Amino acid sequence: MPTNPVRKTLVKLLAGAAGMFLFAIFLMPPLYDVFCDITGIGGKTGGPYQVSESGVDMSRTVKVQFVATNNGAMPWEFTPKVFEVTVHPGEPTEAAFFAKNRTSRDMVAQAIPNVTPFNAAEYFHKTECFCFNQQPLEAGAEADLPLVFIVDRDLPTAVKTITLSYTLFDVTDRVNESLAQLN
Amino acid sequence: MAHGPAKGIGRWLFTTNHKDIGTLYLWFSFAMFLLGGFFAMVIRAELFEPGMQIIKPEFFNQMTTMHGLVMVFGAIMPAFVGLANWMIPMMIGAPDMALPRMNNLSFWILPFAFTLLASTLFMEGGAPNFGWTFYAPLSTTYAPDTVNYFIFAMHIMGASSIMGSINIIATILNMRAPGMTLMKMPMFVWTWLITAFLLIAVMPVLAGAVTMMLMDINFGTSFFNAAGGGDPVLFQHVFWFFGHPEVYIIILPAFGVISHIIPTFSRKPLFGYSSMVYATASIAFLSFIVWAHHMFLVGMPIGGELYFMYATMLIAVPTAAKVFNWISTMFRGSLTFETPMLFAIAFVILFTIGGLTGVMVAIAPADVQYHDSYFVVAHFHYVMVAGAVFSGTAAVYYWLPKWCGNMYNESMAKVQFWVSFIGFNVTFFPQHFLGLAGMPRRYADYALQFSDWNMVSSIGAFTYGASQLLFLYIVIQAIKSGKPVRDPKVWEGAEGLEWTLPTPVPYHTFSTPPEVK
Repeated sequence: MPTNPVRKTLVKLLAGAAGMFLFAIFLMPPLYDVFCDITGIGGKTGGPYQVSESGVDMSRTVKVQFVATNNGAMPWEFTPKVFEVTVHPGEPTEAAFFAKNRTSRDMVAQAIPNVTPFNAAEYFHKTECFCFNQQPLEAGAEADLPLVFIVDRDLPTAVKTITLSYTLFDVTDRVNESLAQLN
Repeated sequence: MAHGPAKGIGRWLFTTNHKDIGTLYLWFSFAMFLLGGFFAMVIRAELFEPGMQIIKPEFFNQMTTMHGLVMVFGAIMPAFVGLANWMIPMMIGAPDMALPRMNNLSFWILPFAFTLLASTLFMEGGAPNFGWTFYAPLSTTYAPDTVNYFIFAMHIMGASSIMGSINIIATILNMRAPGMTLMKMPMFVWTWLITAFLLIAVMPVLAGAVTMMLMDINFGTSFFNAAGGGDPVLFQHVFWFFGHPEVYIIILPAFGVISHIIPTFSRKPLFGYSSMVYATASIAFLSFIVWAHHMFLVGMPIGGELYFMYATMLIAVPTAAKVFNWISTMFRGSLTFETPMLFAIAFVILFTIGGLTGVMVAIAPADVQYHDSYFVVAHFHYVMVAGAVFSGTAAVYYWLPKWCGNMYNESMAKVQFWVSFIGFNVTFFPQHFLGLAGMPRRYADYALQFSDWNMVSSIGAFTYGASQLLFLYIVIQAIKSGKPVRDPKVWEGAEGLEWTLPTPVPYHTFSTPPEVK
């Protein structure tokens, strides 16, 4: 039987260890996200962008490349309609991705964007994007997924090429679960 | 009332005696040292010549990974926990550890952890192959299925370390003999107290990292998966937030050992005791705020690079204070060069070399060249092997006669020292050249211009490996048939409570606490 002061030490140290475990799982990832938000590293893009009238910078061009990836077991066909466009900073540009549900069941997908190089992420704005919503497709159906983006006029001049990547996730089960909860 | 040890295997399975558990830890760690060493021999045999001779590249990756994991978590850490178990109660005048049954548990889950880890070698898909740093997504998306065994092994091992640390802190804070204030504690006790706090702070972070991996792999979360809104770089931050304090967890108890051996064989008290304590504490504190110097190439903002560079260089200051203190202890002392002292002096020299290459890799712009090259391999083997392993060997030679009452064979031990000293340097010094010339680490093959130094390095590695078998022989021979020692002090210059006990140390000691003045 540990004597009382030993038990006190034991309880404190165990609590400390448990606290550090929780810190690692529940605090480090959000802290890291906040840090990346503030500094703009990490390649994450923001939500819908409000257009401000600042005109188009005709003096230079930026190449924007599109990449489409399926996550893990996602069976859809998913590809950019155009793989590369050249735009002027400040100019709203439309692009589209093609998606086809090749399975025999109705499915819902969610696309997650990422921008490379990371210092371009905060200058890459999307006014419309299919990634803001989930994309339902019936069995065998296909769709063009639209996207309107503006490359900010303040984009560092060193950046000549921006790669926008989308990864498509199967979220059918999660959507069905939340529907089941509503009913 | 005091009684002797139980008979048979039950003595070891159910023991709550700190000396028995210390012995178990030491033998376990030596077994792991031989296993990890065997993996290293496979690596060096494959790298003896360019081209693929002995093993396949996939297996080579498993070997580098398992070598790192087994050596760090199976050999070095348990070795120092074993020394702590043996020595701390005797050094502070306590009858045993504060939580003896937890002590038994924290040892006995270790063999399960490493059996689990080692069994992956025989499974489909093979052992973990993503390096001991297990960076995501290599260890998540692209890992073999056996990664789950690895994760559970890490969890068990972490639980063992945390329990061991709690025990050590509870013992030191509550069970010191009357009159032994904190600033009268022997250095080994001090360094372990600080190490134990480091362990409790960061082992749970490692557990968190592998738990997040487990969830990413099996439960569809995306902590480290960019496609799901996570970030693989986050893994590196979490890992090194654990990993950098971890390297001090390994080296601080080694500092403690050296701080005992050098005064004994210099026949002078340790120079600058209180500065040693403060230096140890500052190193421990700084270890928490420098982790990203392992990640200079992930694309950090320039401000971050500069901060981590300067903060890292700052660690050289308290570390240098310790090195100067050891040198000052030897200065004008009556030196004799028994084997523990030889290992201790080699430690000071080689650890300083490893420390200086550490300052080199800390320079962010230069690290672009050194990063992930053999220069880094040379650097951390100078601090891990010539640091931790040499000091562990020194500790065994130094305290073994006290433990078992028999002296080891001094001339054979000196041979063992010189063979391992030469073998070590022949192995790792050329790796500095290889790294500077651009040879990357973790590859099963290399370009032809690296052939000569790799062959030299492999020959050194086989020599060093053989010297460890000699070490095993010397220890067994001392225990079985060494010359009996009955002098409580064993070494003429030894000071401290543990040397007031009879030699060999009885099974139960300090049942009534000694008075410290």
